[in-house]
Amino acid sequence: MNNRAAALYTALALVYAFLYLPIVLLVIYSFNASRLVTVWGGFSTKWYGELMHDHQVLDAAWLSIKIALMNATLATLLGTLAAVVLVRFQRFPGRALFTGMVSAPLVMPEIITGLALLLLFVGMEHLIGWPDGRSMTTIVIAHVTFSLSFVTVVVRSRLSQMDRSLEEAAMDLGARPLTVFLRITLPIIAPSLVAGWLLAFTLSVDDVVISAFVSGPGSTPLPIVIFSKVRLGVSPEINALATIVVALVGVAIAIAGRVMMRNERASGG
Amino acid sequence: MADNAVKRNAPTPWTDGASAPLIHFEGISKRFGDFVAVDHVDLAIYPGEFFSLLGASGCGKTTLLRMLAGFETPTGGRILIDGVDMTGIPPYERPVNMMFQSYALFPHMSVEDNIAFGLKQDGLAKAVIRDKVARSLDLVQMSRFAGRKPHQLSGGQRQRVALARCLAKEPKVVLLDEPLAALDKKLREQTQLELVNIQDRVGITFVMVTHDQGEAMTMSSRIGLMNAGRIEQVGSPVEIYEYPGSRFVADFIGAANMFEGTVKGGGGRLAIACPELAHDLEVAHADPLPAGSAVTVMVRPEKMMISRDKPEAGLNWAEGVVADIAYLGDVSIYHVRLTSGRKVQALQTNLRHTEEQRLTWDDAVHLSWHPANALVLTR
Repeated sequence: MNNRAAALYTALALVYAFLYLPIVLLVIYSFNASRLVTVWGGFSTKWYGELMHDHQVLDAAWLSIKIALMNATLATLLGTLAAVVLVRFQRFPGRALFTGMVSAPLVMPEIITGLALLLLFVGMEHLIGWPDGRSMTTIVIAHVTFSLSFVTVVVRSRLSQMDRSLEEAAMDLGARPLTVFLRITLPIIAPSLVAGWLLAFTLSVDDVVISAFVSGPGSTPLPIVIFSKVRLGVSPEINALATIVVALVGVAIAIAGRVMMRNERASGG
Repeated sequence: MADNAVKRNAPTPWTDGASAPLIHFEGISKRFGDFVAVDHVDLAIYPGEFFSLLGASGCGKTTLLRMLAGFETPTGGRILIDGVDMTGIPPYERPVNMMFQSYALFPHMSVEDNIAFGLKQDGLAKAVIRDKVARSLDLVQMSRFAGRKPHQLSGGQRQRVALARCLAKEPKVVLLDEPLAALDKKLREQTQLELVNIQDRVGITFVMVTHDQGEAMTMSSRIGLMNAGRIEQVGSPVEIYEYPGSRFVADFIGAANMFEGTVKGGGGRLAIACPELAHDLEVAHADPLPAGSAVTVMVRPEKMMISRDKPEAGLNWAEGVVADIAYLGDVSIYHVRLTSGRKVQALQTNLRHTEEQRLTWDDAVHLSWHPANALVLTR
């Protein structure tokens, strides 16, 4: 191997070490037998066992998954509708403004989004009595507001690549607009819907900042539970939990990536 | 009238006055903002025709076709299909099917399902659909590929499937948008005649949009030549080529030598003073024109004879020097510079392997043509 290649591989290794070393350490320490987080006391899976008996954590995990499922489904539905309107209805006043506004939550500081939603929910509760306190409902609504932007971006790019004449051909062959959408448009953009759904799911599962604002007692999602536990002193149990979360998120991202890649290859051929 | 180049004994319903047109454009216009894409087009297309809309890109031919399919709404005028006003009728209720330039085959469906799609929309029984799909595939010789997905087919095969999908619904009109543009040259020429044969067999009226004059000439019963949103001339390929109605048509279809001049007089045989040639031109079979009218005399290159000798009396002629020779094998095109300085083209078939005194650069030559083979253009 020549010098140039060696230098390149070293650079690559350094970047990946920078990115993943903390996570690797966390995974290793989740198998630590010692009660002290920073001292290696031999290999053990006992913290995983203890985790399984911690009802506070398990309930929070189940709540997080429920929120993520609802969020992903709602965000995909709304995000797809937004994408269809932005791509297909070319001429309406304020189209450029709407295009910008739908992607603004992507760059909006989460702390502002969270604060704004909290103000909205409190205000609404005063005015119309709904939503009744901070609950799973408020968390889902809050998560949908930012994850639908991600879905819109993904679906919009797929939709704008789609050959317009496919829809015209279907209509020409006698299909009404709704049939065209369901039988032609939807199957063709389906991969981007799957990718968007998975993205929204993942975003919801690890959101802390917005959830912190809009969650209430009795409806605390997993990341918040972890966060509060860490503040009381880190237990190796948290490492085990974090390892599981990393594994789940890793799998979801891998699936989303695969789907998007296949999507690109299909539209290229 | 001159007869058709492809279907020799084809009827010519546009000449007999008794036939009712299948498609009737009545003063159709289409504006996109300030841009006028189609400008007051009146056009009648008859049952069984293979009609081509020919023109350069941006002349409005595709817009006209899309209005017929229902994808664009005319800003003025109306379209009748089989006597029914199509205004306000959506694409999915019109008795026309279109073959798209991109073919627009549904990528997630097999060949079979692509063809069945339109039939399913009509709510036909499963057995009927299966039967019609099989017949359409057979017509385009694609039965073996019924189970394939579009991305597993070659360009030519996709084109056939797209055609089969149009024909399966047995529409009154099939619309073709540049149907052969995506094929390579050899396949295109072969497909041209095949498409005409299929059309002949199914007896459905075809309306094709193309920018390729060779394609239009080969395939059409009639051509509508479009320019800047208007129809310049409608006629059979022979009429359009031999009797163009304007300078634009003469120039667009094939090559044309044009001489500006003024009418001096004459009845069926016009004498035209042509300052460029230093002697008068004669044109036979011309409509009478008052003396002093400014006209253009058009002569096709293949109607010009080229020789070193002075031509016999009774022919029109011009003197010049060979400036360029394009040797194409079967024919040669001689670019001759006249004494006035301008160039004209003469085309000659290379009948023999070797010519004893082959014309070459800088040879002084005479060009000559018969008065019956020139045309007077007033537009």
